[in-house]
Amino acid sequence: MSILGNRVLRKEDPKFLTVGGSYVDDLPLEGAVHVVYARSTMAHARIGGVDKSEAEAAPGVLAVYTAADIDLAPIPNGAPFGNPAMTRPWLADGVVRYVGEPVAAVVAQTRAQAVDAAEMVIVDYDPLPAVVDPEAALRDETLLFPEAGTNLVMTFPDALAGIMLPAEAADQDEGIFDDCEVVVARRIVNQRVAPCPLEVRAGAASWTEGRLTQWATTQAPHGVRDTLAQSLGVDPTAVRVVSPDVGGGFGAKIGAYPEELFLAWISRALGRPTRWVETRSESMTNLGHGRAQVQDVRIGGTRDGRILAYRLDVIQDSGAYPAIGAFLPMFTRTMLTGVYDVPKVYFKARSVATNTTPTVAYRGAGRPEATAAIERAIDLFAAEIGMDPADVRRRNLVGKDRFPFTTPTGTVYDVGDYERALDLVLEAADYKSLRKEQARRRQSGDASQLGIGLSVYVEITNGLPGSEFGSVQVRPDGKVTVRTGTSPHGQGHVTSWAMLVSEQLGVAVDDIEVVHGDTDVVPRGVGTYGSRSLQTGGVAVNQAAGQVVEKARQLAADLLEASPDDVVLDKAGGRFHVAGTPAVGRTWSELAQAAGEGGLSAETDFTAPGPTFPFGAHVVVAEVDTETGRVRISRVVAVDDAGRILNPLLAEGQIHGGIAQGVAQALMEEVVYDEDGNPVTSNLADYEFVSAAELPAFETIHMETPTPLNELGAKGIGESGTIGSTPAVQNAVVDALAHLGVRHVPMPATPERVWRAIAESRAGGNS
Amino acid sequence: MIPAAFEYARAGSVDEAISLLSEHGEDAKVLAGGHSLLPLMKLRLATPSALIDVGRLQELSYVRDAGDRIAIGALTRHRDLQVSDELARSAPIVSHVAGLVGDPQVRHRGTIGGSVAHGDPASDLPAVVLALDGELVIRGPAGERVVPASEFFHGFLETAIGPDELLVEIRLRKTQGGWSYQKFNRRAQDWATVGVAVARTDGTPAVALVNMGATPLRAAAVESALAAGASPAEAAESAAEGADPSSDIQASAEFRRHLARVLVRRGLEEAGV
Ligand SMILES: Cc1cc2nc3c(=O)[nH]c(=O)nc-3n(C[C@H](O)[C@H](O)[C@H](O)COP(=O)(O)OP(=O)(O)OC[C@H]3O[C@@H](n4cnc5c(N)ncnc54)[C@H](O)[C@@H]3O)c2cc1C
Repeated sequence: MSILGNRVLRKEDPKFLTVGGSYVDDLPLEGAVHVVYARSTMAHARIGGVDKSEAEAAPGVLAVYTAADIDLAPIPNGAPFGNPAMTRPWLADGVVRYVGEPVAAVVAQTRAQAVDAAEMVIVDYDPLPAVVDPEAALRDETLLFPEAGTNLVMTFPDALAGIMLPAEAADQDEGIFDDCEVVVARRIVNQRVAPCPLEVRAGAASWTEGRLTQWATTQAPHGVRDTLAQSLGVDPTAVRVVSPDVGGGFGAKIGAYPEELFLAWISRALGRPTRWVETRSESMTNLGHGRAQVQDVRIGGTRDGRILAYRLDVIQDSGAYPAIGAFLPMFTRTMLTGVYDVPKVYFKARSVATNTTPTVAYRGAGRPEATAAIERAIDLFAAEIGMDPADVRRRNLVGKDRFPFTTPTGTVYDVGDYERALDLVLEAADYKSLRKEQARRRQSGDASQLGIGLSVYVEITNGLPGSEFGSVQVRPDGKVTVRTGTSPHGQGHVTSWAMLVSEQLGVAVDDIEVVHGDTDVVPRGVGTYGSRSLQTGGVAVNQAAGQVVEKARQLAADLLEASPDDVVLDKAGGRFHVAGTPAVGRTWSELAQAAGEGGLSAETDFTAPGPTFPFGAHVVVAEVDTETGRVRISRVVAVDDAGRILNPLLAEGQIHGGIAQGVAQALMEEVVYDEDGNPVTSNLADYEFVSAAELPAFETIHMETPTPLNELGAKGIGESGTIGSTPAVQNAVVDALAHLGVRHVPMPATPERVWRAIAESRAGGNS
Repeated sequence: MIPAAFEYARAGSVDEAISLLSEHGEDAKVLAGGHSLLPLMKLRLATPSALIDVGRLQELSYVRDAGDRIAIGALTRHRDLQVSDELARSAPIVSHVAGLVGDPQVRHRGTIGGSVAHGDPASDLPAVVLALDGELVIRGPAGERVVPASEFFHGFLETAIGPDELLVEIRLRKTQGGWSYQKFNRRAQDWATVGVAVARTDGTPAVALVNMGATPLRAAAVESALAAGASPAEAAESAAEGADPSSDIQASAEFRRHLARVLVRRGLEEAGV
């Protein structure tokens, strides 16, 4: 019986549940000194001067560095093809551009001494007007980078036309709505949120004989190695990056942050190992934020529910120093029309710098924004023509016979059956009964009204080109070492990759060790993000395992003096023998020993032929207290089809976490700044980070449509839950109030916003 | 999240605590459960020169029947209030509300004395103390004094307790019949955006408000409307009268006023007024 598809318990868990994980800040590091950053208290100001004398004289302090001490080139604009004049200094140089930006690095014998001394760094600020609102930033009245002459980081599709997109990618705007009987438009804010991994950022650096070892809490150790080498001007072979256990990333830990990279520079300057860990409040203002789009959506079609045209105009807030967040509208465009067959579309986006924390990839990274926009638009359209939103969706879905399907923005969907996902979720939710109950509540005038929210989504996983490394080695004791370039931080690769290898070799999962996160041990790797790991790194490991089996078969044939074609692997017994004569055989251990030095091994670099497109449908039931505005989610019913499922337990874990974060965006989470650019949500008391108590038990429905793009039939599952759930929740909240005339409630749908939406609509406003 | 340096002394008795407070002067602070004080210190919003730790004064942890009142030691933890048989008999609203404070970790560390002494209008128990006409027993170098709850809360994080004094006991009236506590918050572990306590101690309903001003408040207008024969719904209309709620990330002042009206009505209805 195959182990694949089974609920194999996580190999990782006994450690986490007993002795606990070992994170960067847990590492013993002999003789290390502590770094703490003094940070800007202003969103935008010129630095008149920095007086570090008191800090330098404080107990235990070894050094205090400011921009003037640094001999490193500024960090290039982190948004590919972004305005090159928008570079980032290592420490604020002459001007600060957001609250929390590091101004000085204080190094001391103990962390407490460094914290005390950081308070003594006196910065003379000459305030400049702060621009917090991305729409205001576009007016270029206050410039973050006067030398750039604009706050505009880049525009889409123009900036990528002829590079990542065809030259003629500039979509058509003129007249696309001319044939529409009904057109609905709305401004939608996909608010800024904080990724909030439980493990905050941390790092440590140590040089021995000209070689750097850097410990990083990252999703991509090899990328961090290359960035370090490049910024320090050393060869990548002179850098080793180790990422021990990583407590979550959600996209915000893909790259390396200046505070981490700078540890290596300080360590080299002082000849001492350095270490640093941020506080939660520092994390809330310096770990990159996600989403942050202002969207103008327009949708049009016929009165009987056929959608004919769709237009999305995005303003992407990139924060003070453009990073990957500024580039993400690229993926919003990729997924523009979602699961629908829309003949005419137009997309435009502008990324703009503001005096706020830089934005980065966050669970979904550009795709949830596309889904939220079109799923909200569909509901607006359905409300306008008075049709059930499920029916409008069904009418416009891309049919299952149309794959591979090319969308109007040129995206090629691999395979899907959206209508079946919709059918399954409606049936599981008992949609008809829900509508009846809703009608009953409306009739009775109950303060608690029922909302039913839908979303049908498709998303792109492994969306950026790149290969992944995997190797399998059978050791002389018959146990197996797997090396992977992926960098798990909660996903369970140690279990999944062992399952793949066990399936092929017939070696027990417990006898298979999976090694990751050390660039000296794993020669190459891209990392874990964009829901890419199984379909790249998993496939690589799977192929390496297959090659090891073939090598072993060859070797066994030699030893058994038989033809390789006659030698079979008895997986239950973990040995090779000639077909029909099981009594004489060779075990993995015997073969590994016979193979000599290094045992039996194989390695591969797998490059997928293209991205895959998981899809699904969610129904959310919300109870909305129309007097207090309070929303309670009573049900989340989710169909998430990620192709073939390797381990349902792990897949459900990803779906559960994803839904929780998706619900949180719709109802609770929002990074807020005041008008001067001061963050007001910089701890988890003020930032409404969701907990289990606010969520119902999720109802997940099984559906598997394997992708033809890889031998496992697997797509990514890491981000789907987030992508599908957010619009379903928002739609549910609006739906609960539809009979009161409410057409839209902004995210997060806080009690006050719900209450205001009702009040406005009673006053004739919210339509 | 490292507090500024401070001195630390552990008190072995109430008397020792009071002399330690005098000794360490104005900038010393009493440390009870630490669940309000330590977070402020870690953010360096509070920088006391010394902490006088009273956390181990078992003698101040009790719930006792004191005739027409019920006496609660200042060091009684929220969790102990939650499971107290005495309170279940004579003032169940106190147990219920203690069970709504924060999360289990907070309830096992935080104390009623700390909650009251902190003077945070967003806290739950102070409003209950106010509704039950609490008496706060305060001891200092000059001896003991008793301050009625109506005179205890002076302003935001300000109370009648002097810098060299210790709150030792809270005396509450026993409740009769129906009561209600309406805590409106966004997450289970959050403080109340607005809260309403309704209880009857002598036949007439007392109504107290959480987070509707700089201190916990009695909804006097509601109480007098009820006394004048108004229905719960009518009386609740004046729930925000005299209140001065703030606007913050949780809610605007306007929304808080609205919530107070809705929650007072619901509280009165639930209490069977
Ligand atoms: C995550 C979290 C969630 C919370 N949620 C809630 C909530 O929902 N509702 C709520 O009401 N509270 C909440 N709290 C606060 C909690 O109830 C605190 O425990 C309580 O407010 C303070 O009690 P303490 O014993 O911890 O006091 P401490 O933190 O030790 O002290 C608080 C203040 O009171 C003074 N003090 C303490 N005891 C005495 C005394 N006997 N005499 C004189 N002065 C004294 C101290 O000097 C200090 O100024 C929460 C706290 C946390 C950390």
